[in-house]
Amino acid sequence: MSARIAYVASNTFREAVRDRVLYNLIAFALLLSGAAILVGQISIDIERLVVINLGLTAVSLFGLVIAIFIGIGLVSKEIEKRTLYTVLSRPVRRWEFIFGKFCGLAGTLVVNTFFMAIGVFAALLYVSHHFQSADGWILVALYFIILQFLILTALALLFSSFSSPLMAAVFAFSLFVIGSFAEDLRGFAAIAHGATGWLATGIAFVIPNFSALNIVSSVAHGQPVSGQLILYNSIYALVYSTAALSGAVLIFERRNLK
Amino acid sequence: MAAIEILGLEKTYSIGFWRKKPKRALQPLHLRVEEGEIFGFLGPNGAGKTTTLKLLMGLVFPTAGSARILGMDYQHPEVKAQIGFLPEQPYFYDYLTARELLEYYGQLSGVPAKERSHRVSEMLERVGLRDAAGVQLRKFSKGMLQRVGIAQAILHHPKVVFLDEPMSGLDPMGRREVRALMEMLKQQGKTVFFSTHILSDAEALCDRVAIIHLGQLRGVGAVADLTGSVHGRVELVWQGTAVPSALKALVSEHHVSGDTVRAILPEETQDVALDALRREHLRLISLTPVRTSLEDYFVAQLKPAGQSAGATA
Repeated sequence: MSARIAYVASNTFREAVRDRVLYNLIAFALLLSGAAILVGQISIDIERLVVINLGLTAVSLFGLVIAIFIGIGLVSKEIEKRTLYTVLSRPVRRWEFIFGKFCGLAGTLVVNTFFMAIGVFAALLYVSHHFQSADGWILVALYFIILQFLILTALALLFSSFSSPLMAAVFAFSLFVIGSFAEDLRGFAAIAHGATGWLATGIAFVIPNFSALNIVSSVAHGQPVSGQLILYNSIYALVYSTAALSGAVLIFERRNLK
Repeated sequence: MAAIEILGLEKTYSIGFWRKKPKRALQPLHLRVEEGEIFGFLGPNGAGKTTTLKLLMGLVFPTAGSARILGMDYQHPEVKAQIGFLPEQPYFYDYLTARELLEYYGQLSGVPAKERSHRVSEMLERVGLRDAAGVQLRKFSKGMLQRVGIAQAILHHPKVVFLDEPMSGLDPMGRREVRALMEMLKQQGKTVFFSTHILSDAEALCDRVAIIHLGQLRGVGAVADLTGSVHGRVELVWQGTAVPSALKALVSEHHVSGDTVRAILPEETQDVALDALRREHLRLISLTPVRTSLEDYFVAQLKPAGQSAGATA
């Protein structure tokens, strides 16, 4: 891997830290602490369920906001502020810049998720005083959440490579919402006929399948996750992110930086 | 070998949302800059200077034509390692300190890790920012940002340096320092290609200049050749407050400033004029031939040109 990708990624991470992106951890910690104390007082036997559900959903939402709102500015902000001029006039290829930006934001999200995961486990320990073997599946749920972030970051980069930040945010958020119902759409496609069926099938397979990556509810109920699902979801996220990043690179390679 | 060879580069943008109309930002440009030269690229705002530089940096893609830098295709990655670029009104990552920014650019330019820290300190010292090395760029003034911009452009010891309006935003001391820096780069054998609309800077620094207007090259040549021509007129300066009646018929234009009169008159009448001053007991200050200044040449080139596109130099 080119060292230049690592340098761009490291600078992107540093930008996120200096722009106080990780301050969201404070809000997350406050939310989870409050919820754990409240749940500990009012819930009977469902404390674990509530804390896992609330904790993982919060991890997902906080990361989603970061992935979209930082992701959409990764390229457009550099063009608008012309910081890109002094980068691309050096021996940095455009694809290296895009990939470095992606890795930088992905790294930020992984670090953010890591600290939030500590918060979730701490809250869980607070309400149930011990861990259970099924709690290990929370790590898989967190891994799937990170896979969602990777897809979303790649999509945000793709949209920001050709549209305004506002439109890129709208596109990325819309795809996240639609993708969260991808399984329902696939179910509809299976029973639809004719042109509608073809159209629904096409859309169902083009949009990112975020619903398959959301196992928060089953993990909260202590249900195990199959190794096959972990493998399929990993391959799916890799292929989808690569496709979205390739699209971003193809567009950006031809773009005039006026 | 030429340091820069521009071979018919041209750029046309499509403007408008629905019915796109072509807008020609740069007509086919042919230009050759020799190694070790300080070359001035002059033109008024909107002339096509920045477009040319962006084309050479690979930031925009040409509609046609190509260029060679140091004998290689200008888009070759190896070329990028040997050039430095200061954009017009540069803006940098303002969450970084000056040192961090230069370290980052050093990494991207392939400056070896062992040398990087020393090189950064040397550059900060050279542009007068040693004491501000640890300050975030968001706290920098425009002039300080320009200095950082110059430092990042020469940090990796490039062979060819492109500077887009390098004096912009600098105070007189800063401009003087940049001029000294450019002269030092020339002494080191580097080629400096800089755009400006400040003609005095170009006249003081450049070996050769090119003038561009409305995307078209209007003239190119050595500064000495462009500014040296004498037009058979002289400037006569004497102490006084008015033009004596004996001289009025000879003087084509004059200007009174305090107790000094400057008058322009034909060269062949200078003896008559001097006799007239003696008779009036007026003190002569100077008598010099009128030469074309770079400004005169510049203004002349901006006048409507013929329709021929693609000037060559």
